[in-house]
Amino acid sequence: MQSNAALEYDYSVAKLFTFTTILFGILGMVIGTLIAAQLAFPELNYLIGEYGTFSRLRPLHTNIVIFGFTLSGIWATFYYVGQRVLKVSMAESKFLMAIGKIHFYLYFVGALLAVITLLLGFSASKEYAEFEWPIDVVIVLVWVLWGISIFGIIGIRREKALYVSMWYFVATFLGVAMLYLFNNMEVPTYFVSGGIGNIMHSVSMYSGTNDAMVQWWYGHNAVAFVFTVPIIAMIYYFLPKESGQAVYSYKLSLLSFWGLMFVYLWAGGHHLVWSTVPDWVQTMGTVFSVVLILPSWGSAINMLLTMKGEWNQLTDNPLIKLMVLSSTFYMLSTIEGPIQAIKSVNAIAHFTDWIPGHVHDGVLGWVALMIMAALFHMAPRMYKREIYSRKLIETQFWLQTTGIVLYFTSLWIAGITQGMMWRAVDEYGNLMYSFIDTVDVLHPYYVIRTVAGVLYLAGVFIFAYNMIKTMTSSRTLTEEPMFRSPMA
Amino acid sequence: MDIRELQAYAYFFMTILLVVALYGYILHLYRSEKKGEKDYEKYGKIALDDEVDSTPIESNPKSKSEK
Repeated sequence: MQSNAALEYDYSVAKLFTFTTILFGILGMVIGTLIAAQLAFPELNYLIGEYGTFSRLRPLHTNIVIFGFTLSGIWATFYYVGQRVLKVSMAESKFLMAIGKIHFYLYFVGALLAVITLLLGFSASKEYAEFEWPIDVVIVLVWVLWGISIFGIIGIRREKALYVSMWYFVATFLGVAMLYLFNNMEVPTYFVSGGIGNIMHSVSMYSGTNDAMVQWWYGHNAVAFVFTVPIIAMIYYFLPKESGQAVYSYKLSLLSFWGLMFVYLWAGGHHLVWSTVPDWVQTMGTVFSVVLILPSWGSAINMLLTMKGEWNQLTDNPLIKLMVLSSTFYMLSTIEGPIQAIKSVNAIAHFTDWIPGHVHDGVLGWVALMIMAALFHMAPRMYKREIYSRKLIETQFWLQTTGIVLYFTSLWIAGITQGMMWRAVDEYGNLMYSFIDTVDVLHPYYVIRTVAGVLYLAGVFIFAYNMIKTMTSSRTLTEEPMFRSPMA
Repeated sequence: MDIRELQAYAYFFMTILLVVALYGYILHLYRSEKKGEKDYEKYGKIALDDEVDSTPIESNPKSKSEK
């Protein structure tokens, strides 16, 4: 390291990941909107042969949004926030800079391979863990590189205390490493079937109920450590920085951190309520899901209280509006999840459209809004230009808010209708409805859901356009803004 | 004592233990602040004053840079 008066933060790696966040955001959500339309209008399944069917595209949608859009957003913000809260520039270490760049390029190659193999139909058939083993190997390498980046930059920091966002980034790293390794223990069928299997097709090392339990321990915690923990890392930095208000209670942020870490890992059993896993696993899943409200709301309320006395910023600054709405959706989905985990509610909710409804008010409302707000905040600092258009952010905000509300309300109604119809019996105990009766009833809600997807997607295109214009042709800034991001 | 009874005891004591740990941690946070050992709230400023040449809230003695 050297002492240099003109030392600046180096955002090269953050910029690269910003690019993939936008790219995978568009790709993942275009596919999402298409498959929503396919559920309403099944003939759309046959546009491009086997490559356009719902079954082929659904894993692409989920994996691109989780491992493409969200992970890129996490890394873009990590390579930005990490330097700033530790007060050390990546330009000070050639080694960390090289690791950061290898991290990006290896990730990009891996992500492209993942998209191609899923499109070709290579799938391990475990939800959110569909990648076949060669992709898993690449992901493990990418993860190790990120670990070197995290602990490398912590090692050369000037700020001794780790800001709470760093705690959450470190937890993301450790959590996903553990979950991903254990759930993806798999063997190519070629080796277990005397040579008649396929080298590219693998089966899980666990079987039956054990496999289900490991899968949902992973599946639920993928939500925890990709869709929750790192997004909290973001909001704990970006909301205070954009508003100029220190976090309301740092102590509450620490308490919520340990609460979340302890409780989240036990809640996965709620995905298997009323299935063939031990009763205590189901009860434990339910109990821990309900307890989970406390640390989740601890963080969310801490964010809302950070705005205490500064609520005028909500009308003045569209980025604050995006972040406050995002943390409000966090509150909504973290009260909805525990309700669905209660056994009696789960009996109606399980396997119905209420579940994707829940996932989407979390991901569209909380995750994606927060990532987009974070990138907007970073843009003027990274590209030294003001944000291209405030009006476009406002338009995006309203389109997407309307989209999310239509999305989850239609699926709430659809899900509960579906659940009730499946259970309805006549006076003799015979089922009153066949499956196709439910499909008929649900059609209008699927159409509304598609419209909601189109609205949200339109917002994503506006976001991408606004970002690209900010990078290329917006007015240049002479000095870095302290708090509020400048916009035209 | 059958397995059910054992589970019930384990459940009860586990709950007590977790409640004690939770409130113990809150107590620890407030007490160490009151005694003047720690000022947790100052760390909130790390996000606000985060220029590369800002004075750290707590300097890292291992950092080799002279500022």
